[in-house]
Formats: sequence, C-alpha cells, structure tokens
Amino acid sequence: MEIPYAVKPRPDTGLYNAKLGIWLFLASEVMLFGALFSSYILLRVNAEEGTWPHHWLNIWLGMTNTFVLIISSVTVVLGWASLKMGQFKRYKFFQGITILCALVFLGIKSVEYRDKFMHYEVHLKDGRIADGHLQPAETTDKMLVLEGRFVTNHAELMEGSLHHGGEPKIEIPKDEIISMENYGPWHNTYTAIYFTLTGLHALHVIGGAIVIFAIWGPLAKVWEQDPERYTNRVEVSGLFWHFVDLVWIFLFPVLYLL
Amino acid sequence: MQAAAHTDSRAHDPHHEEPGFWRKYIFSTDHKVIGMQYGVTALLFMFFGFCLMLMMRWQLAYPGKAIPVVGKMLFHLLGADMVGKDAAGNVGVIMPDLYNSFGAMHGTIMVFLAIVPLAFGAFGNFVTPLQIGAPDMTFPRVNMVSYQFYFMGGVIMFASFFIPGGAAQSGWTSYSPLATVTAGSQHPNGQTFWILGMVCLINSSLLGAVNFITTIVQLRAKGLNWMRLPFFVWAQFVTAFLLLLAFPPLEAASVLQLMDNLLHTSFFLPTGLMVSGQVLHVSGGGSPLLWQHLFWFLGHPEVYVLILPAMGIVTEIIANNTRKPIWGYRSMVYSVMVIGFLSFIVWAHHMYLTGMGTRIATFFQTTTMMISIPSVIILTALFISLWGASIRINTPMLFALGFLPMFGIGGLTGLPLGFNASDIQLHDTYYVIAHFHYIVAPGTIFALFGGIYYWYPKMTGRFMNEFWGKVHFALSFIFMNLIFMPMFVQGLEGMSRRMYDGGASYAEGGGVTGLSKQILGLNVPISHAAFALGLAQIPFIINFFYSIKRGRKTASDNPWGATTLEWQTPTPPPHGNFLKPMEVFRGPYEYSVPGHAPDFTPQNEPDKPEPLMHGNPVRS
Amino acid sequence: MSDMHSPSVAAGAADEHSIEAARKHIRTYLIVGVALLCGTLLTVWASLIDFGSREINIALALFIASTKGFLVAGFFMHLISERKMIYAVLSFTTFFFVALMYLTLFSMAHGNIVHIR
Repeated sequence: MEIPYAVKPRPDTGLYNAKLGIWLFLASEVMLFGALFSSYILLRVNAEEGTWPHHWLNIWLGMTNTFVLIISSVTVVLGWASLKMGQFKRYKFFQGITILCALVFLGIKSVEYRDKFMHYEVHLKDGRIADGHLQPAETTDKMLVLEGRFVTNHAELMEGSLHHGGEPKIEIPKDEIISMENYGPWHNTYTAIYFTLTGLHALHVIGGAIVIFAIWGPLAKVWEQDPERYTNRVEVSGLFWHFVDLVWIFLFPVLYLL
Repeated sequence: MQAAAHTDSRAHDPHHEEPGFWRKYIFSTDHKVIGMQYGVTALLFMFFGFCLMLMMRWQLAYPGKAIPVVGKMLFHLLGADMVGKDAAGNVGVIMPDLYNSFGAMHGTIMVFLAIVPLAFGAFGNFVTPLQIGAPDMTFPRVNMVSYQFYFMGGVIMFASFFIPGGAAQSGWTSYSPLATVTAGSQHPNGQTFWILGMVCLINSSLLGAVNFITTIVQLRAKGLNWMRLPFFVWAQFVTAFLLLLAFPPLEAASVLQLMDNLLHTSFFLPTGLMVSGQVLHVSGGGSPLLWQHLFWFLGHPEVYVLILPAMGIVTEIIANNTRKPIWGYRSMVYSVMVIGFLSFIVWAHHMYLTGMGTRIATFFQTTTMMISIPSVIILTALFISLWGASIRINTPMLFALGFLPMFGIGGLTGLPLGFNASDIQLHDTYYVIAHFHYIVAPGTIFALFGGIYYWYPKMTGRFMNEFWGKVHFALSFIFMNLIFMPMFVQGLEGMSRRMYDGGASYAEGGGVTGLSKQILGLNVPISHAAFALGLAQIPFIINFFYSIKRGRKTASDNPWGATTLEWQTPTPPPHGNFLKPMEVFRGPYEYSVPGHAPDFTPQNEPDKPEPLMHGNPVRS
Repeated sequence: MSDMHSPSVAAGAADEHSIEAARKHIRTYLIVGVALLCGTLLTVWASLIDFGSREINIALALFIASTKGFLVAGFFMHLISERKMIYAVLSFTTFFFVALMYLTLFSMAHGNIVHIR
C-alpha cells in the first residue's frame, strides 16, 4: 500500500508529506527552545543586582563553534543541491564535511564543559573566596591547588575574564576550606540555564548528526532505487540541521557575549 | 478484535506476505490497529484512575476507616508507610501521603493516560484517515513509535507506585518547590518517575500531532475540500495543533524541574527557601512562578484537547441520528479554529491568586471571557441541530444528547472562575473540581462512550447490546450528577481541594466559623454515588467484550445509514481501508436531501442528473 | 555508477532546479554562508564595545542574530520560496512563542507583582 505524496508533492499544497512533517516538528522545537529562552530572560531579568555572571565562557571557543556550525549548514545545503543535480559523489563529500563539523562542535563543547566542571569556588574560613581551575596533579591530601585568584566578596566573581588561563597557581590548605563547589549546573541559575540550553542543543546536534550519517552511510543505497525519495530525505534532515544551527546562532550571543 | 478482514486489499498483491502475529498486532503500523491499541490501553488506565478515585472517596466519606477488601491488598503492596491501621486495628487506612499520591496520579492518569489517548490517540487514529478517504496516516511508522512512547510513559507512571516513597504526591500540576523538596532526597523518587513519564507522553503526543496534521492536509481524498470535512476531522485537526505547540514548553519545564530534582539546580527554587526549618542547600535565584507559567501554557490548551475531540464525536452522532445536516457547520468550523487560537493566551487564569498585577490579570480575564463565545456557538449549533429533527434514540444518541446540557453546566460554571474577582472565593475549592469534572466526566467521557457504541459496528461488524447500553447511560448520567452537583455547593462554602480529611480540620465549631456539618456531610452521599457509578460501568464492560462475538450482527457496512466516508469501507476495514480510491462530491451531513429517495447521501456519491419535473430542472 | 542517474534525476526531480538554476542557488548559498561568518565576527566585535548602556548591546546582538537567523531560514531552509501552508504554521508558532515570552515576563516583572504589606 503506497502512501500518496510521500515523494511527489501534492498539487494544491505543493508539498510532499515529509516536508510538511518536518516543518511542523520544527515549529514544536521553536516552542521548546523558545520556552527555554523565555526562562533564561526571566531568570536573568529577575536576578538580584550583581548576581548574574558576565563573560564566564570562552568567547573564542564559542565563536569557533559558531563558525563550525555555519560551515556545516553551508555544506548540508550544498550536498542537497548536488543531489538535485544528480552528483552523488559531490553530495557524499559535502555531507561528510557536515558530519565532521558536528563531531568538531561536540568536541569543543566537551572541552568547554570539562572546563566548567574543573572550575571551583572555594569558601575559606578567613572569609576569602578562592576561585580557579583545579590542578589535580599538584593537589595533595593536605593542599588544594587551583589556577586562579582570591577575592574578598562574591560579587567580584561575577565578572569573568576574556583571557582564560594564564592565572597564577594558588595553594589552599584543605583544613581552611568551609565549602567548595564547581561550576556545574547547580552552581547558580546562569550555569543551570547554560548547561540546559547547550546540553539540549547538543543532544539535537547528536541526533541530527546520527540521522544525517545514517542517510549518508547505511541508507545510501536508496539513491540507486529511488533518487527522488533519497533527495527528499536529505532535504528533510538538512532542514533539521539548519534549525540546529539557527538555535546556536541565538545561543552564542545570549550565553557567551551578553 | 480483528484488524484484517478477509477482503484484504493486499490479497491481490503477490509480493505481500501476511505478517506474523507480532507485526500484525503488536508492532503494527496500521492506524486502525494502533488506534485500538491506544483504545484498550487508555480504557485500562481510565479504570485504574477511577479506582484511585474510589479509594480517595472512601477516605473522604469515612476518614480513618480501613477500606474493605482492598485495604489489606494495599497494605501488602505498599507497606506500612503508606497504609495504616484504623482505630479497630484493621489494616487498610490510606495515610495522608498515599492520599496525596492517589490524588496526583488520578489527575495525571485521567488526563494524560486515559482521556487524551482515548479521544485523540484511539478515536483520532482509527476514524480520521477513514473519514478523509486515506489509506493510512502519512507516517505509519512514526505512528507506531508514538504509541510505544505512550505505552512506556504509562509503564513508568504505573511503576512509580511501587518504588520507595511511592508515586508523585504534588498534584497533577507538580508545582515547585513542593515537587522538588517532597519525599526527601530519595532518588529516583515518584516525582522523577512522573517527569520521565511525562517526557515520554509529551513526545508521543508531539509525534502524533505531526502525523495528524500532515495526514489531514495531504491525504484528503479527491474532492474533499476543507469545508466538506466532517466536523470530527476539524476538531482533531485543531487538537493536533494544540498538542504540537503547547506541549513543548511543558517538556522544557519538565527538564528544568528534573534538573532541580536530580542535579540540585534552582530553576524554580527561590533564594532562601526553608524546608523543615532549615535553609535548603541550593543556589537559589529561581522562580516558582516560572514553573506555573510554563505548566499552564500547556495546561490550558490541554483542557481543549480534552473537549474538542468530544465535540467532534457528538457532532457526528447528532447529525446521524437527527437525519438532518448540522445547523451552522461553517460557524462551528470557524469557532473551533478561534477556540484553538485563543486557548494559547488564556492560561494565567489558573494563576489569578499568585499576585500578578491587575493589568495582566485583566488581560487574561478578557481573553478567557472571549473564549467562551466560540464554545457557546458550537454548543448552540448542536442544540439548534435538534430542532425539527426526527430524532432517533439509540445508545450513542443518548450519550450525545446527555453531553449537551452537561457540557453546558460545566462551561457556564467556568465563568465565575474566569472572572478574577469571583475566583478569589472559588480558587482551589471543590467548585473548581465540580466545574472541570462536569466538562470531562459527563462531558467528554459521555462523548467517548457514545463514540464507542457508535463506531463499534464498524470495528467488529456487530452492535453492542442496546438495552444494556441504555442502562449504562441512565445510571452513569444519574450518578455523575449526584457526585458533582453537590461539589459546587461545597466549593461555594469554601471547602478546599486536596484535603485528606475531607475538610474536617476546617469544620465550624467552638465559636470559629468554618465548614458546616451539612457541607462536610455531603462527602458521604458523594462517595456513595461514586461507588454506584463504578457499579454502573459493569454492564458496559461486559457488553463491550460479550458483543465482540455475540453481538447482533450488522446487516450492512453502513448500519447507521451515515454519510461520512468511514462507512464506505468493508467491515472491519482492511489494510489500506478502501477497495477503490474515494472521490468526494458533497458535504459531510447530507441527510434528508430533497429529491433523494434515501434519507442520507454518502459523501462519495456522485451527482446524478435528476429528471425534469414540471419543466423545471431540479438541483440535486 | 551512481552518477549515471544524473540525467534521469535532473529530468524527473520535482523541479524548481534545472542545472542552471542550481548553479545560481549554489552561488547564493555561498554568499549567505560568508555573510553568516562575517555576522558572527560582527557580533563578537560589537559585544566588546561599551555603548554606555547594557540595553544597546543586547538589542544589537539580538538584531544581528535575527538577521543571521533570517538568512539561514530564508535561504538555506528555502523559506523565502516556501508554500503558504508552511508560512501559516510558522506565523502561528511565532505569535504563540512571543505571547508566551511577553505575557510571562510581563506577569512577573517587578512592577507588576502585588506586594502584600
């Protein structure tokens, strides 16, 4: 039993089924990320003065990731255009770059996440706060070693630096520590919404990359059997990928720059 | 129940082998099988949710007394934390925490695991492709996956009763911070399961919504333009949009609440929150109101998801049993679209008492008042459709007729809730419970019962027993009213929702004003009516199963003499549905058309040239 | 090999794209791609300038992001030549998203919360 308009568009709507389907799905994704963006705005607007961090993320890594996704968006659409022109090998080449870009993006994201989990805020008995990246190689049972700085009040921590790394090593005797916590989602509402937004986005990158890979690799034989159906699949997965890029285009300035 | 008839349209296809049991009944991609899977699962969950309510009603009528029979079972299943002993030493008293979890889960199960899957998943899946003349949904495999997500969500929700700490206890609304700080720090706890279950259910609905909209847009038969669609299809179409666009914010909020629960974030936890006298060790900076906004952004469209398919079913049944076109079809179509649109911008009427400023409250009050207009238009059109009709009384029609005044009561009692000022008195009281149960119980559920009796002959080739159907209707109608009408009175007096002791701690006495003995005393007859309502469902359950094999056989594929396309298939419809492609020539409710001999004209019947009479051409 | 399909695909593909049209589209994609990369650099540069008020930085960043978003949606996702049905779905979505954001923000803005004395 053939479902009509799975490949050829329906005349009055001008759409084939999956194209309408993916746009509907993307509409729901707009609402999903939109709700999270609204939450971000709300939490930030209602935050007490001096409690919302600024420049806690590495702008250059973020910018690189933005470039990576933009390039992957270009290659995705060039891949589809190649298929439309019947050039399967060119499609394979472009789409391969797309998948590589996805992996690079995720790699950089992992580096950023790890950086946050290694970044500690340590409250000391004498009222000072130590803040920096844990140096596990130099830390002993008695001494905690961070690469960072001491501050006297919490509000000073809200201003991050544009230059990550290169800070001096500081040593803190462990018996002077009241509490310490790393910059995971639990640290404050900024890290919470940062990890949630970028984490959900990363899941979409992974999902999209898997689908694009599946069509590119194991399911490539459909091109031989039904080139138009195959091209449609590439188009539909490409639309999803562009949406993922679009979300990042907003995530980057909102989380990294503002 | 057979999904594939012997007149399988694949019979002529030599390449198609008959699939095995698993592909045919469990991992099927056929919308009719999936619809029935949804239906059976949903009815089982409705039964389970109903039982939860019965146990709660026992506690409300007889606080501190052990539940007979069931009480001991509960104790063995759930342990001494949840189930206590009464004064006489009998085991089987629901403890407060268990009562709260029954309440939270009754709401969650009824809304998300019973009504929506039945109204949208079951009826929508089974009937919609048939009514538009399509061979199946546009994405059959996605359809199967959406059922599987639903099933998984149901399993998770059900399993949550049996984990340490029991099921979620913070209402079906799961408000933070209670939903995060409740049940201590045992992980994973009932709230975690609730959230994970919700995520599965939301994904199921999203996939279903994509499927429904694409199918209705793309697979309408030739000649089936938008204004010839049966109202049932319009209702499902708008419902799908509501699910598509309203659910994602709740999915987002669920993720945030899950992170609050498991990862100690503070999305919804304000700074300085104290639990059991101690400051909670979290970062703070969050907002409980944010959860409420995100929840109700879904929560309100959700209630229209509950009612619109029901209106669709009732319209089909009324048209069929009045043997007349529906009055005001066009107005109904525009109204349902307006309801869908407005339903997105009324949500904060659930939040009037959270301290929003008057300006924003007035905005929501205005949109709430506006949305009552299209609802009234639809109800009025259905009432007027009865005028001058030769009404055929059968079980589906009784349920459809019963729906009308019951939904009327439910809808009208919503008005004082929609006004900010009067809501101050009524918010969170039994008045609210009565209001929404009137809409869902003798409202939607009646429509769903009617739909079951109506489409049963198409699915099985047999009628359900008429006598017992009428008994089912009459008893259900009486007892539902006996349950919910007194609740309006209790609520007007100020009796709060979600009280384990049935309001006893707010009783008047010793010079303190409070709930009167009469009001509290109403708990007993209400509970008795609830038990009776449960008994009244027994004939239905027996009828349902008995008639599969022993019901009166239908004489034709179209036993009700209906005009819509689902009656143009063999019975039951084979894989692929129609033996030949459908072409539609007329609107959905051409009953008693002048000049046509039979009192109905199916949508796919072409225009026949009529003989000239007295020299004037007769238009057909 | 698989590239022998090219004549049949070009002829049979549901087509706004003949080979010539495809070439023009590819030029467009590349130009848009470069524009996006430049836009990114612009965003970063603009964020490092102090305009005196935070609001200006925010407005500027969102404006650039929206322009980039429009380019991705309009050209890469072919929204600029898409069907009415898709526009309709997206317009409703945009409206509801904006409603969610603004109404929630407005309800929770400090000036709007009722303070109990």
